[in-house]
Amino acid sequence: MAFNIYDFTTLTHSIHVGLAESFSPVVATTIEWIIVGVTYLLFVALFGLFLVYAERKVCAAFQQRLGPMRVGPWGLLQTIADFIKLLMKELIMPRKADWFLYNIAPFIVIIASFMAIAILPFAPGLQSFDFDIGIFYLTAVSSVGVIGILIAGWSSNNKYSLIGAMRSGAQILSYELSVSLSLLTMVVFAGSMQFSTIVEGQRDAWYIFSGHIPAMIAFIIFLIAGTAETNRGPFDLAEAESELVAGFHTEYSGVKFAMFFLAEYINLFIISAVAATVFLGGWMPLHFGNLESFNHVMDFIPPVVWFFGKVLFVIFIIMWFKWTFPRLRVDQILTLEWKYLLPINLVNILLMALVVLTKFHF
Amino acid sequence: MKSFIEYIVSVFKGLWTLLVGMKVTAKYFFTPWNHVTQQYPENRDTLVMFERFRGEVIMPHTENNEHLCTGCGICEINCPNGSIEIISKSILTPEGKKKRIIDQHIYHLGMCTLCNLCVKACPTGAIVMGQKFEHAVWDRALLTKVLNQPGSKIAEGVKE
Ligand code: SF4
Ligand code: SF4
Repeated sequence: MAFNIYDFTTLTHSIHVGLAESFSPVVATTIEWIIVGVTYLLFVALFGLFLVYAERKVCAAFQQRLGPMRVGPWGLLQTIADFIKLLMKELIMPRKADWFLYNIAPFIVIIASFMAIAILPFAPGLQSFDFDIGIFYLTAVSSVGVIGILIAGWSSNNKYSLIGAMRSGAQILSYELSVSLSLLTMVVFAGSMQFSTIVEGQRDAWYIFSGHIPAMIAFIIFLIAGTAETNRGPFDLAEAESELVAGFHTEYSGVKFAMFFLAEYINLFIISAVAATVFLGGWMPLHFGNLESFNHVMDFIPPVVWFFGKVLFVIFIIMWFKWTFPRLRVDQILTLEWKYLLPINLVNILLMALVVLTKFHF
Repeated sequence: MKSFIEYIVSVFKGLWTLLVGMKVTAKYFFTPWNHVTQQYPENRDTLVMFERFRGEVIMPHTENNEHLCTGCGICEINCPNGSIEIISKSILTPEGKKKRIIDQHIYHLGMCTLCNLCVKACPTGAIVMGQKFEHAVWDRALLTKVLNQPGSKIAEGVKE
């Protein structure tokens, strides 16, 4: 089995050929589905644990603390211990809660996250499906999660949950516009909605460089709106601890709470990965037009490392936002979106169209 | 037009203030040697509490077992929750005068809120705040302390 750290196409292809030879097509496809599903589950669980740990460490460093230090060296096993604790907790359901909706809400949230993660290209050949309306699909499924949040808040039959869910709904509906429009700006520039084409188009220069001013504005808007989309601070109104206990997941415990928690971190990963892919070139190494030797050195670093490096960079920026800025009020959040981000975004998309028309880019 | 310019200016001003805030946290993040967390049980031998830390009320004694307390009872009056009891006694000075001195300066650490009022009120500066912070004991009675050491006496020349 050919294994190449730079291109996974051969690996996935050989797995496919091997399975197709020994099983009937239906069985082979089923096995492939299972492999892909299990891979994503494992990846999400491990990366989620890592992100929680990273969040606590980064947060601590921003506040001149050390963060978890006791469980394992530098507290590395802390999140695993926390996760085991969560798994063993009793599942408590309010007596007056809507049984069906209450139980299905965490699944909707996490399924929406999984659907969005499926479209991301991790490296050449490491993408579960790649079709021509990738960005459109992504914006569509990433807003399904809010339905889960609304259902969770409604079915819990608790005023805090409901207020949190409604806030989250208002916020995500508004910021969805900015996320989509800033992505649309880049679609105008890239001329495609397909992720593989978008990454391929950044072979010579990442879009944030080649698209210069409009691309940078779109990047900043995407970061702000993306932070709001994931319900993270400073936009964490939906679970404002000081006002709403825990917002929409007040009544959830144990595994169901863990699902919301995990979904939140997957969404953080998705937003960062989309930012990394669309603006920072995805798995594409850093290339400068005609510096041949420099480009060769950069090519030596595997694409997976490039991808995760960029993702972690964006995640770090978003965490930086969270641990620097105080939480916004509801009216401030809506003002920011409708009076600032949206008009700027609309002007920016025109600017980008102008740039593309006049070919004033690199 | 004017409001449009104001709008543009407000966008840049807002961005600028955000960047200022991010600069502050970035400074914290990238200077890990300034972090304040103490890894307490591990660094127990080297841990030094900062000067203003209030661990308990103590009465410093000189090497001749002398302190500055006159037994006036002002600290007792000033303590908001009655953590101090002053027991004084009368003695005859060598000149044959009657004098009230401290017998026992009783301090209930268990009731003390470490508010520092007694230290501030003491006219002779006989009591100060100590830095010790490991006060856990198995018996509550151990938290009641007599601050003046047995056999100690007031230092010479303390104005009464
Ligand atoms: S520190 Fe405050 S509470 Fe404690 S003994 Fe002095 S006056 Fe009383
Ligand atoms: S400690 Fe100070 S205030 Fe208290 S009795 Fe002694 S001299 Fe007076």
